[in-house]
Amino acid sequence: MLLSAILTGLVLGGTYALVAMGLTLQYGVARIMNLAYGDVIIAASFGAFVLFTALGINPLLGMLVVIPAGFVLSWLIYAVMLQPLARRSRDRGRLEGDSILATFGLLFVIQGVALVIFGAGFQSYSFLAVPVDILGTTIAANRLLAFVLAVVFGLGLWLMLTRTRFGTVIRAVAANPASAPLVGINVDSAARFAFALGGALAAAGGVVVSMYLTFSATMGVIFTMKALIVVIMGGVGNLMGALAAGLILGLVETLVASFIDPGLTLAATYLIFLAVLVIRPQGLFGKAAR
Amino acid sequence: MMKLLAALVALAALAFVPAFAGPYPLGLGIGILGYGVLATAWAMFSGPTRYISLATVAFFGLGAYTVAVLADVLPYPLVLLVAALVGLVVALIVGLATLRLAGIYFVIFTFGLTELVRQLVTYYEVNVTRTLGRYVFLPIGPEHIYWQLLALLAATLAIAFWVSRSRIGLALRVIGDDPDVASHLGVRITRTKLTLFSISCVIMTLAGAIQAPRWTYIEPSIVFNPTTSFLVVIMALLGGPNRLFGPLLGAIPLFLLFEWLSANFPNHYSIILGLLFIAIVFVLPNGVLAAGDSLWSRLTRKAVRP
Amino acid sequence: MSLLSLRGVTKSFGGLTAVNGLSFDLIAGETVGLLGPNGSGKTTALNLISGYLPVSDGIIALSGETISTIGPERIAHRGVARTFQLVRALPSLSVGENVLAALAFRKAPVWGRQAESHIERLLADVGLAGRAAQPADSLTYIDLKRMELARALASDPQLLLLDEWLAGLNPTELRAGIALITSLRQRGITILLVEHVMDAVRALCTRCIVMNAGSKIADGPTAEVLADAEVIRAYLGDDHA
Repeated sequence: MLLSAILTGLVLGGTYALVAMGLTLQYGVARIMNLAYGDVIIAASFGAFVLFTALGINPLLGMLVVIPAGFVLSWLIYAVMLQPLARRSRDRGRLEGDSILATFGLLFVIQGVALVIFGAGFQSYSFLAVPVDILGTTIAANRLLAFVLAVVFGLGLWLMLTRTRFGTVIRAVAANPASAPLVGINVDSAARFAFALGGALAAAGGVVVSMYLTFSATMGVIFTMKALIVVIMGGVGNLMGALAAGLILGLVETLVASFIDPGLTLAATYLIFLAVLVIRPQGLFGKAAR
Repeated sequence: MMKLLAALVALAALAFVPAFAGPYPLGLGIGILGYGVLATAWAMFSGPTRYISLATVAFFGLGAYTVAVLADVLPYPLVLLVAALVGLVVALIVGLATLRLAGIYFVIFTFGLTELVRQLVTYYEVNVTRTLGRYVFLPIGPEHIYWQLLALLAATLAIAFWVSRSRIGLALRVIGDDPDVASHLGVRITRTKLTLFSISCVIMTLAGAIQAPRWTYIEPSIVFNPTTSFLVVIMALLGGPNRLFGPLLGAIPLFLLFEWLSANFPNHYSIILGLLFIAIVFVLPNGVLAAGDSLWSRLTRKAVRP
Repeated sequence: MSLLSLRGVTKSFGGLTAVNGLSFDLIAGETVGLLGPNGSGKTTALNLISGYLPVSDGIIALSGETISTIGPERIAHRGVARTFQLVRALPSLSVGENVLAALAFRKAPVWGRQAESHIERLLADVGLAGRAAQPADSLTYIDLKRMELARALASDPQLLLLDEWLAGLNPTELRAGIALITSLRQRGITILLVEHVMDAVRALCTRCIVMNAGSKIADGPTAEVLADAEVIRAYLGDDHA
């Protein structure tokens, strides 16, 4: 029972870590606090759902469509909606406020579209729902796959950021947007790319979610919330922090759901969030500010 | 003095509306007053500090739910008092956790707060009282709700006016401009923000409590509807969050538009409102009144120049 | 009797130690210059005294009471006021309201009708008479500096911290600025000023403290300190010593 809960928790935590990495890219590099992030995740879940149920396309292959779509959609959102806001705001606080409001509006747009097409009910499909034996307990193969995918994407992103020239550019902008232009970096295009990459990760997360969880058009808010909490726990812009924080959150939620009450998982999440805010607002793994 | 007199006359005139308005116009009046209260209360805190609260409906719903739970047990005025206290306690918890920190933490916390409160209330109802969904039978007709909301709106505007003229209002503006300078001038930042946030939240809670009898049947998914928080923010932004009557003036057209949209496009209104919201953020970052002011000053300046 | 005393004050940012074991005293009524090359830790020292940054180690005391453990608003209430290296006006407020903000939240607040005469007098003191109604963001650079000084004075400070308040002024403005600070000194306000304008330091400061790389390297009468070989080396490099 405990082992099975821990495995389930790790799987869930892996997904949280994956989506949080996308959000930390968007906030850390593009300086956009994207409240519609979870709705992009859910949109991708619906995409995978449609591909699987209507066209019979396996979600792994579906990713080849959904992830680029997430990238392009986020690219467009940034170019059309957010870049003008970034250009007109002189300081970071102003951009933060404007981006919060604009993406708050976007949340209702994406959610509204999903509601019109799919209605408010919960959706799911059955993919690889076969039990697999691990350490004497069983877990569904789709969950195992979800975990493997989260690890693969996380590792891929980390390698890209640390080993490629492009990753260096992204990290430079994250560390200091004001002086990045001095070394010949185009901050605008780096921010746009980071935002789009974040959207691609959200889409990847959405497909992963659709493989093993039920989802609905109005669930975006919850995913945004959890991704935000993971980002803050891990320290803004800190990928390894997001990974650790995501796993912690997934474990705690699953343990609370299995041993206390499933109705209290969000409360447990919030309790952790509250504790982090009170004790270490710079994040469990963040460096102390100033 | 003249202004005060005009305000009192307007208030008295509005109080006579239920005498000749039919049920539908009266319902619209209640809606406008309710949103007017929420938007004014929202702007009282979020306008000067720029701490954007996305949790209006968490407090509104708590108020409504408190009435649903206690209406049979306590006399009505006492129920309102308890609702206000509940709102105050939640505001203090949220405020103490987040208001010491940068605004972004506050926004994030309030963003999920509605969902958290909704789930906790549901949990409480399912596991403790075993009744999800309650009936509110109070001998309070729509005209009484209208009068109560009118009184609450008048009180809210009076408080907002007093705040704008008082030391605490100046403190908020200084904090909104530059919190570091504020602290070096001796402003107690956290205490100031917490006080205003609490006042604002208590008003929102009361607005929900007063409107509870309108629903007759209440359950968490009805009273914790996130669209309400969303509407309140757009209303305040449209009218201009830093003007006394700005949020109220934003509430009137947007509420009517929302009514019309939800009657004619029940499935698409959130898309339309979302797009409208984005447009407002783009075009009118300081609200219609400020935009009108700057247009006016541009026109008059042009007129002066040869 | 020393008004301000620092004992072993240290501030590290991660691996960088910006201020390292700084100790000095200010006697009430003194005007002292805090000098040193860029990056020597002068502004950090001011930020530690005003409570803008928490100390990593050491003790700062005002009139014998520790202030290094309390926040900037309580330090302000003990009578410490400051200006900022880059002027920080409150842009959405008027000039008068900028000053009112200091009057309204000091230890003995002034508010309402009473405040108006205070504001006029404070603005007149810094050469901004009759400008109270003007929006702060419409002022020129020198006037912003004047307003910031009026705001600091409105807090009724015992100790005034000026961070390069004279920087960026033209010669006429500089003369007016020096005269203004001289008048404050005559009112008995203790002043600690970070400054690069040496003529101003010579004209205003009876004593100078020199920092280099986070540590104090000289402390004494202005003329002696400015002639000190180590100070010259810190500023200009070894060749000139």
